Amino acid sequence: MPEATFGPDLRLRDRLLAGDEAAFEDLVAANQGPMLRFARNFISRADVAEEVVQETWLAVLKGLPAFEGRSSIKTWIFHILANRARTRAVREGRVIPFADLAAPDDETFDPDMAARFAEGGSWSEPPTPWGADTPESILLRQEAMDQFKAALEDLPPAQRTVVTLRDVEGWSAEDACNVLQISETNQRVLLHRARTRLRRALEGVLAR
Amino acid sequence: MLSCRDVVTLATDYAEGRLPWTTRIQMRMHLALCALCRRYIHQMDLTRSLLARLKRDSERHEIPPSVREAFRNRKGD
Repeated sequence: MPEATFGPDLRLRDRLLAGDEAAFEDLVAANQGPMLRFARNFISRADVAEEVVQETWLAVLKGLPAFEGRSSIKTWIFHILANRARTRAVREGRVIPFADLAAPDDETFDPDMAARFAEGGSWSEPPTPWGADTPESILLRQEAMDQFKAALEDLPPAQRTVVTLRDVEGWSAEDACNVLQISETNQRVLLHRARTRLRRALEGVLAR
Repeated sequence: MLSCRDVVTLATDYAEGRLPWTTRIQMRMHLALCALCRRYIHQMDLTRSLLARLKRDSERHEIPPSVREAFRNRKGD
Protein backbone atom coordinates (compact mmCIF):
# COMPACT_ATOMS: atom_id res chain seq x y z
CA MET A 1 0.00 0.00 0.00
CA PRO A 2 1.69 3.24 -1.10
CA GLU A 3 2.01 5.86 1.62
CA ALA A 4 -0.09 8.99 1.23
CA THR A 5 2.01 11.69 -0.37
CA PHE A 6 1.62 15.39 -0.84
CA GLY A 7 1.69 15.57 -4.62
CA PRO A 8 1.66 19.35 -5.06
CA ASP A 9 4.47 19.68 -2.53
CA LEU A 10 6.54 17.08 -4.37
CA ARG A 11 6.05 19.06 -7.56
CA LEU A 12 7.10 22.20 -5.70
CA ARG A 13 10.19 20.37 -4.52
CA ASP A 14 11.01 19.45 -8.12
CA ARG A 15 10.58 23.04 -9.27
CA LEU A 16 12.82 24.27 -6.47
CA LEU A 17 15.46 21.67 -7.29
CA ALA A 18 15.27 22.82 -10.89
CA GLY A 19 16.11 26.36 -9.77
CA ASP A 20 12.70 28.06 -9.90
CA GLU A 21 13.53 31.18 -7.88
CA ALA A 22 10.02 32.60 -8.07
CA ALA A 23 8.67 29.46 -6.46
CA PHE A 24 11.27 29.77 -3.73
CA GLU A 25 10.35 33.41 -3.18
CA ASP A 26 6.72 32.40 -2.75
CA LEU A 27 7.69 29.68 -0.29
CA VAL A 28 9.76 32.09 1.78
CA ALA A 29 7.14 34.84 1.61
CA ALA A 30 4.45 32.48 2.85
CA ASN A 31 6.42 31.02 5.72
CA GLN A 32 9.04 33.52 6.92
CA GLY A 33 6.64 35.48 9.14
CA PRO A 34 5.09 32.43 10.81
CA MET A 35 8.56 30.91 11.18
CA LEU A 36 9.93 33.98 12.94
CA ARG A 37 6.96 34.04 15.30
CA PHE A 38 7.28 30.33 15.93
CA ALA A 39 10.99 30.59 16.69
CA ARG A 40 10.22 33.33 19.24
CA ASN A 41 8.37 30.74 21.33
CA PHE A 42 11.71 29.11 22.03
CA ILE A 43 14.11 32.03 21.58
CA SER A 44 13.62 35.33 23.33
CA ARG A 45 15.93 37.47 21.19
CA ALA A 46 14.57 38.56 17.81
CA ASP A 47 18.01 38.67 16.18
CA VAL A 48 18.82 35.12 17.32
CA ALA A 49 15.41 33.93 16.13
CA GLU A 50 16.13 35.49 12.74
CA GLU A 51 19.46 33.65 12.59
CA VAL A 52 17.79 30.35 13.40
CA VAL A 53 15.20 30.91 10.68
CA GLN A 54 17.92 31.69 8.15
CA GLU A 55 19.82 28.56 9.16
CA THR A 56 16.60 26.65 8.73
CA TRP A 57 16.19 27.83 5.14
CA LEU A 58 19.74 26.75 4.39
CA ALA A 59 19.02 23.35 5.91
CA VAL A 60 15.80 23.17 3.91
CA LEU A 61 17.72 23.79 0.66
CA LYS A 62 20.27 21.14 1.59
CA GLY A 63 17.60 18.65 2.56
CA LEU A 64 15.25 19.21 -0.40
CA PRO A 65 16.37 16.16 -2.37
CA ALA A 66 15.49 14.02 0.64
CA PHE A 67 11.98 15.47 1.04
CA GLU A 68 9.61 12.65 0.13
CA GLY A 69 6.27 14.35 0.55
CA ARG A 70 5.18 12.17 3.44
CA SER A 71 4.20 15.36 5.23
CA SER A 72 3.41 18.74 3.74
CA ILE A 73 6.48 20.78 2.87
CA LYS A 74 5.40 23.36 5.43
CA THR A 75 5.29 20.80 8.24
CA TRP A 76 8.66 19.48 7.12
CA ILE A 77 10.15 22.99 7.18
CA PHE A 78 8.72 23.68 10.63
CA HIS A 79 10.08 20.36 11.92
CA ILE A 80 13.56 21.47 10.93
CA LEU A 81 12.92 24.88 12.47
CA ALA A 82 11.60 23.43 15.72
CA ASN A 83 14.65 21.20 16.13
CA ARG A 84 17.03 24.08 15.46
CA ALA A 85 15.12 26.43 17.74
CA ARG A 86 15.11 23.91 20.57
CA THR A 87 18.82 23.23 20.19
CA ARG A 88 19.63 26.91 20.12
CA ALA A 89 17.39 27.62 23.10
CA VAL A 90 19.14 24.94 25.13
CA ARG A 91 22.51 26.36 24.12
CA GLU A 92 21.44 29.81 25.23
CA GLY A 93 20.27 28.40 28.52
CA ARG A 94 16.61 29.24 28.01
CA VAL A 95 13.88 26.97 29.36
CA ILE A 96 11.83 25.26 26.67
CA PRO A 97 8.15 25.93 27.29
CA PHE A 98 7.06 22.43 26.35
CA ALA A 99 9.57 20.59 28.49
CA ASP A 100 7.06 19.93 31.22
CA LEU A 101 3.40 20.08 30.42
CA ALA A 102 0.77 20.30 33.09
CA ALA A 103 -1.36 17.30 33.96
CA PRO A 104 -4.61 16.76 32.02
CA ASP A 105 -7.12 19.51 32.54
CA ASP A 106 -8.29 20.01 36.07
CA GLU A 107 -10.78 22.61 37.30
CA THR A 108 -8.41 23.86 39.94
CA PHE A 109 -6.10 25.11 37.18
CA ASP A 110 -8.73 27.58 36.08
CA PRO A 111 -9.90 29.92 38.85
CA ASP A 112 -12.68 31.09 36.57
CA MET A 113 -14.23 27.63 36.50
CA ALA A 114 -14.66 27.45 40.25
CA ALA A 115 -16.24 30.90 40.35
CA ARG A 116 -18.76 30.44 37.54
CA PHE A 117 -20.51 27.24 38.53
CA ALA A 118 -22.71 26.24 41.43
CA GLU A 119 -22.47 22.99 43.34
CA GLY A 120 -24.51 20.90 40.92
CA GLY A 121 -22.60 22.19 37.90
CA SER A 122 -25.10 24.76 36.64
CA TRP A 123 -24.11 28.34 35.90
CA SER A 124 -23.82 30.73 38.81
CA GLU A 125 -22.14 33.39 36.65
CA PRO A 126 -23.42 32.68 33.15
CA PRO A 127 -21.80 34.04 29.99
CA THR A 128 -23.16 37.50 29.28
CA PRO A 129 -24.63 38.50 25.92
CA TRP A 130 -22.13 40.43 23.82
CA GLY A 131 -22.72 43.70 22.00
CA ALA A 132 -21.22 42.26 18.80
CA ASP A 133 -22.31 38.92 17.44
CA THR A 134 -20.23 38.28 14.33
CA PRO A 135 -16.47 38.25 13.73
CA GLU A 136 -16.88 41.08 11.22
CA SER A 137 -18.58 43.34 13.75
CA ILE A 138 -15.95 42.62 16.40
CA LEU A 139 -13.14 43.30 13.92
CA LEU A 140 -14.53 46.82 13.51
CA ARG A 141 -14.16 47.56 17.20
CA GLN A 142 -10.66 48.89 17.71
CA GLU A 143 -10.61 48.61 21.50
CA ALA A 144 -11.96 45.09 21.45
CA MET A 145 -9.36 43.99 18.91
CA ASP A 146 -6.54 45.70 20.83
CA GLN A 147 -7.55 43.91 24.02
CA PHE A 148 -7.95 40.64 22.17
CA LYS A 149 -4.47 40.85 20.64
CA ALA A 150 -3.02 41.87 24.01
CA ALA A 151 -4.72 38.88 25.64
CA LEU A 152 -3.18 36.64 22.99
CA GLU A 153 0.28 38.04 23.69
CA ASP A 154 -0.26 37.59 27.43
CA LEU A 155 -1.14 33.91 27.23
CA PRO A 156 1.28 31.50 28.88
CA PRO A 157 3.84 30.60 26.16
CA ALA A 158 2.73 27.00 25.56
CA GLN A 159 -0.92 28.06 25.23
CA ARG A 160 0.00 30.92 22.92
CA THR A 161 2.07 28.66 20.69
CA VAL A 162 -0.65 26.05 20.33
CA VAL A 163 -3.54 28.46 19.74
CA THR A 164 -1.45 30.43 17.23
CA LEU A 165 -0.53 27.34 15.23
CA ARG A 166 -4.02 25.82 15.37
CA ASP A 167 -6.39 28.77 15.21
CA VAL A 168 -4.37 31.63 13.70
CA GLU A 169 -2.19 29.69 11.25
CA GLY A 170 -4.83 26.98 10.71
CA TRP A 171 -2.66 23.93 11.28
CA SER A 172 -4.22 20.53 11.87
CA ALA A 173 -3.90 18.98 15.31
CA GLU A 174 -1.68 16.28 13.83
CA ASP A 175 0.78 18.74 12.31
CA ALA A 176 0.89 20.84 15.48
CA CYS A 177 1.57 17.78 17.63
CA ASN A 178 4.27 16.54 15.27
CA VAL A 179 6.15 19.80 15.19
CA LEU A 180 5.76 20.58 18.89
CA GLN A 181 6.38 16.95 19.88
CA ILE A 182 3.48 16.84 22.30
CA SER A 183 0.58 14.42 22.55
CA GLU A 184 -2.80 15.15 21.01
CA THR A 185 -4.34 15.32 24.48
CA ASN A 186 -1.79 17.77 25.80
CA GLN A 187 -2.21 19.90 22.72
CA ARG A 188 -5.97 19.93 23.22
CA VAL A 189 -5.64 20.91 26.89
CA LEU A 190 -3.46 23.87 25.96
CA LEU A 191 -5.81 24.82 23.15
CA HIS A 192 -8.81 24.70 25.47
CA ARG A 193 -7.14 26.85 28.10
CA ALA A 194 -6.06 29.39 25.51
CA ARG A 195 -9.47 29.62 23.89
CA THR A 196 -11.30 29.95 27.22
CA ARG A 197 -8.96 32.73 28.30
CA LEU A 198 -9.39 34.56 25.03
CA ARG A 199 -13.16 34.21 25.19
CA ARG A 200 -13.05 35.68 28.66
CA ALA A 201 -10.94 38.58 27.43
CA LEU A 202 -13.48 39.30 24.71
CA GLU A 203 -16.30 39.10 27.20
CA GLY A 204 -14.52 41.69 29.31
CA VAL A 205 -14.74 44.23 26.54
CA LEU A 206 -17.85 43.18 24.63
CA ALA A 207 -20.33 42.36 27.39
CA ARG A 208 -23.39 44.55 27.11
CA MET B 1 -26.89 14.11 31.74
CA LEU B 2 -24.08 16.63 31.35
CA SER B 3 -23.97 19.66 33.61
CA CYS B 4 -23.21 23.15 32.34
CA ARG B 5 -19.79 22.86 33.91
CA ASP B 6 -19.24 19.64 31.90
CA VAL B 7 -20.20 21.44 28.72
CA VAL B 8 -17.60 24.13 29.32
CA THR B 9 -14.93 21.60 30.28
CA LEU B 10 -15.62 19.56 27.15
CA ALA B 11 -16.13 22.47 24.76
CA THR B 12 -12.84 22.02 22.93
CA ASP B 13 -13.02 18.23 22.88
CA TYR B 14 -16.43 18.68 21.27
CA ALA B 15 -15.21 21.22 18.72
CA GLU B 16 -12.28 18.94 17.87
CA GLY B 17 -14.51 15.91 17.37
CA ARG B 18 -12.78 14.03 20.16
CA LEU B 19 -15.78 13.09 22.28
CA PRO B 20 -17.05 9.51 22.41
CA TRP B 21 -20.29 9.41 20.46
CA THR B 22 -22.40 8.87 23.59
CA THR B 23 -20.99 12.04 25.17
CA ARG B 24 -21.44 13.94 21.93
CA ILE B 25 -25.13 13.06 21.93
CA GLN B 26 -25.46 14.21 25.51
CA MET B 27 -23.69 17.41 24.56
CA ARG B 28 -26.12 18.05 21.73
CA MET B 29 -29.09 17.33 23.99
CA HIS B 30 -27.79 19.74 26.62
CA LEU B 31 -27.17 22.46 24.06
CA ALA B 32 -30.64 22.00 22.61
CA LEU B 33 -32.11 22.71 26.04
CA CYS B 34 -29.70 25.23 27.56
CA ALA B 35 -29.55 28.73 26.09
CA LEU B 36 -26.69 29.80 28.38
CA CYS B 37 -24.43 27.00 27.20
CA ARG B 38 -25.43 27.66 23.61
CA ARG B 39 -24.32 31.23 24.15
CA TYR B 40 -21.00 30.04 25.61
CA ILE B 41 -20.31 27.68 22.69
CA HIS B 42 -21.24 30.43 20.23
CA GLN B 43 -18.79 32.77 21.95
CA MET B 44 -16.06 30.12 21.74
CA ASP B 45 -16.81 29.83 18.01
CA LEU B 46 -16.59 33.61 17.67
CA THR B 47 -13.24 33.57 19.44
CA ARG B 48 -11.91 30.98 17.00
CA SER B 49 -13.22 32.89 13.99
CA LEU B 50 -11.53 36.02 15.24
CA LEU B 51 -8.23 34.19 15.68
CA ALA B 52 -8.44 32.90 12.12
CA ARG B 53 -8.82 36.46 10.86
CA LEU B 54 -5.69 37.58 12.68
CA LYS B 55 -3.58 35.79 10.08
CA ARG B 56 -1.44 38.49 8.65
CA ASP B 57 -1.84 37.96 4.93
CA SER B 58 -0.48 41.36 4.03
CA GLU B 59 3.05 40.77 5.22
CA ARG B 60 5.45 39.50 2.61
CA HIS B 61 8.99 38.82 3.73
CA GLU B 62 11.98 39.12 1.44
CA ILE B 63 14.42 36.24 1.13
CA PRO B 64 17.49 36.97 3.27
CA PRO B 65 20.42 37.59 0.88
CA SER B 66 22.48 34.66 2.19
CA VAL B 67 19.56 32.33 1.61
CA ARG B 68 18.97 33.62 -1.92
CA GLU B 69 22.63 33.10 -2.68
CA ALA B 70 22.51 29.56 -1.32
CA PHE B 71 19.50 28.88 -3.54
CA ARG B 72 21.26 30.17 -6.63
CA ASN B 73 24.43 28.29 -5.82
CA ARG B 74 22.72 24.96 -5.50
CA LYS B 75 21.25 25.20 -8.98
CA GLY B 76 22.91 22.57 -11.09
CA ASP B 77 23.76 20.29 -8.16
